[in-house]
Amino acid sequence: MGRYVARRLLLTIPVLLGASFLIFAMVYALPGDPIRALGGDRPISPAVVAELRERFHLNDPLYVQYWEYLKGLFSGDLGTDFRGRPVLDTIERTLPVTIKLALVAIVFEAVIGLVAGVLAGIRRNSFFDNLVLVSTTLVVSIPILVLAFFAQLLFGLKLGWFPIAGTNEGLYSYLLPGLVLASGSLAYVARLTRTSLAENLRADYVRTARAKGLPNRTVIVRHTLRNSLIPVVTYIGADIGTLLGGAIVTETVFNLPGIGREVFNSIRSQEGAVVVGIVTLMVFFFIFFNLVVDVLYAVLDPRIRYD
Amino acid sequence: MTDQQQLDLRKDAVEAGTTTGLASPSVDVTKERQNSLWSDAWGDLRRNPFFWIGAVLGLAFLLMALVPQVFARGADPRSCDLGNSRALPSAQHWFGFDTQGCDYLANVVYGARNSLIIGVIAVLVILLLGVVVGALAGYYGGLTDGILARIADIFYALPLILGALVLLRVGPSTDIPVINSRGPGAVAIALALFGWMTAMRLVRSQVIAVKGSDYVAAARAMGASSRRILVRHILPNAVAPVLVYATITIGVIIAAEATLTYLGVGLQRPAISWGLQIEAGQDSIRTAPHLVLFPSLILTMTVMAFVMMGDALRDALDPRQRA
Repeated sequence: MGRYVARRLLLTIPVLLGASFLIFAMVYALPGDPIRALGGDRPISPAVVAELRERFHLNDPLYVQYWEYLKGLFSGDLGTDFRGRPVLDTIERTLPVTIKLALVAIVFEAVIGLVAGVLAGIRRNSFFDNLVLVSTTLVVSIPILVLAFFAQLLFGLKLGWFPIAGTNEGLYSYLLPGLVLASGSLAYVARLTRTSLAENLRADYVRTARAKGLPNRTVIVRHTLRNSLIPVVTYIGADIGTLLGGAIVTETVFNLPGIGREVFNSIRSQEGAVVVGIVTLMVFFFIFFNLVVDVLYAVLDPRIRYD
Repeated sequence: MTDQQQLDLRKDAVEAGTTTGLASPSVDVTKERQNSLWSDAWGDLRRNPFFWIGAVLGLAFLLMALVPQVFARGADPRSCDLGNSRALPSAQHWFGFDTQGCDYLANVVYGARNSLIIGVIAVLVILLLGVVVGALAGYYGGLTDGILARIADIFYALPLILGALVLLRVGPSTDIPVINSRGPGAVAIALALFGWMTAMRLVRSQVIAVKGSDYVAAARAMGASSRRILVRHILPNAVAPVLVYATITIGVIIAAEATLTYLGVGLQRPAISWGLQIEAGQDSIRTAPHLVLFPSLILTMTVMAFVMMGDALRDALDPRQRA
């Protein structure tokens, strides 16, 4: 196990570097001259422009710029944006919002998805089972953009239950965007639980448990559910990383000041350093949680051995 | 092994036999009744209501993209009268009018074409990249596989919308053809570039799964080239999962296109697109909710068509996953 984790950790390094370089290379070609944009309507003197270009390494070739960036990265310096604010400060300011949002989404995903999936899996082809099938198909099909609008329109404007934008009402303001963000994964968790449970209910050990005369409840909760939840738990774990990087649309529509909205605004305003910093962070989360899940898989399922 | 592969194998055997001067069969063994996997699958699909709902929605979308004038009830999406600005739906104009006073039904209907073009181009590029890279990685293994799989990992770690967002924001100022066009082609390529990895992994795992099987060894023993083994014997195994994946992905790409366009980096006016309509309608969501409602509704139904068809296909083609 230890060797497996070490090998996986080593393999994440080229992926992390590659992804950050990919974004860096694309950002490097960002249109326009950010230095001139900084001055707005007032022209900046050529000397200042030259000085700023020098300071931000804008005249060097791509690989030199990336090398400079990496050197900074390893000393904990993600660079500054063109207004001189450290990127690290921007991340510290926006990351908590996204973490809260992702946590709310994970809770929705786990609770609603699991309950719906278990109930549907136990009673195959019942009314509730079909309801879960139809509603998950519907939810998966609605683009998050559309879902966000209609959640705002219905629960925010018409019913007035939730605030439609911002974070002024504490955790309460995260509920609606959290549910919207979770929707797709929630439907997937419900289906995964349902299929996995239904499959395991046909297994030999379940028949044995029933033959022993165990009550139905014990058979399902103690025997079947425990095995059926392995793929679900690992899916939810990996989803944390995806949610942390997938909040761009949700945060933009609900106007939550998290890393998703920040990276979108930075892409629009050509703040290269912020874009690269945040995207690298998102990639890191993604890789990290996938690694955790792979290790977790071996812990949960004794049949899986990596060494 | 599918029947098709058995036939291919026999054909190789026949050819090998013929060239070595062994008995040449009097009947063409390659002409036999086709494939039971697909006829089984069709039997299954036919009885699945989800498939039929998806197919009808998909057909409606296809017709809307091909002959929008039929659905627009004779209205021209570009002939507008400011006097009708944001008029609500009526018996004459089912979807009402937009802010410029253009017939909204016509505009929403004409939006289907761009979605279809982008969905189809992006998925074709995804399949091309996925099949080629996946087959090479799976077949040759070793260092080739290591490098190609890492490259896929790199792209996989970047969220689809995020990667395409950056590329499309940068695109217009570069001299890369297509990418700098701000048209449907640029959006399709950007989405394909950050969305090919799942197809690659599907193909790669299928190739690895059957690479070591006896019939592949048999084909090789009979002198079939690497290319023939890959194309005729190994890749057909991947057709079913890739087909399921491609169907659902068209829906995903159409939703992603609307999102990118909404965020301002996809299609630009005067193009007609659902993303642009939702973006323009959101300002008047209180007074004229139909401006957001109708494009959202049609967009959702389109995505649903592909999701439902894909789900039904998966159930039909893979009995083990049958829910």
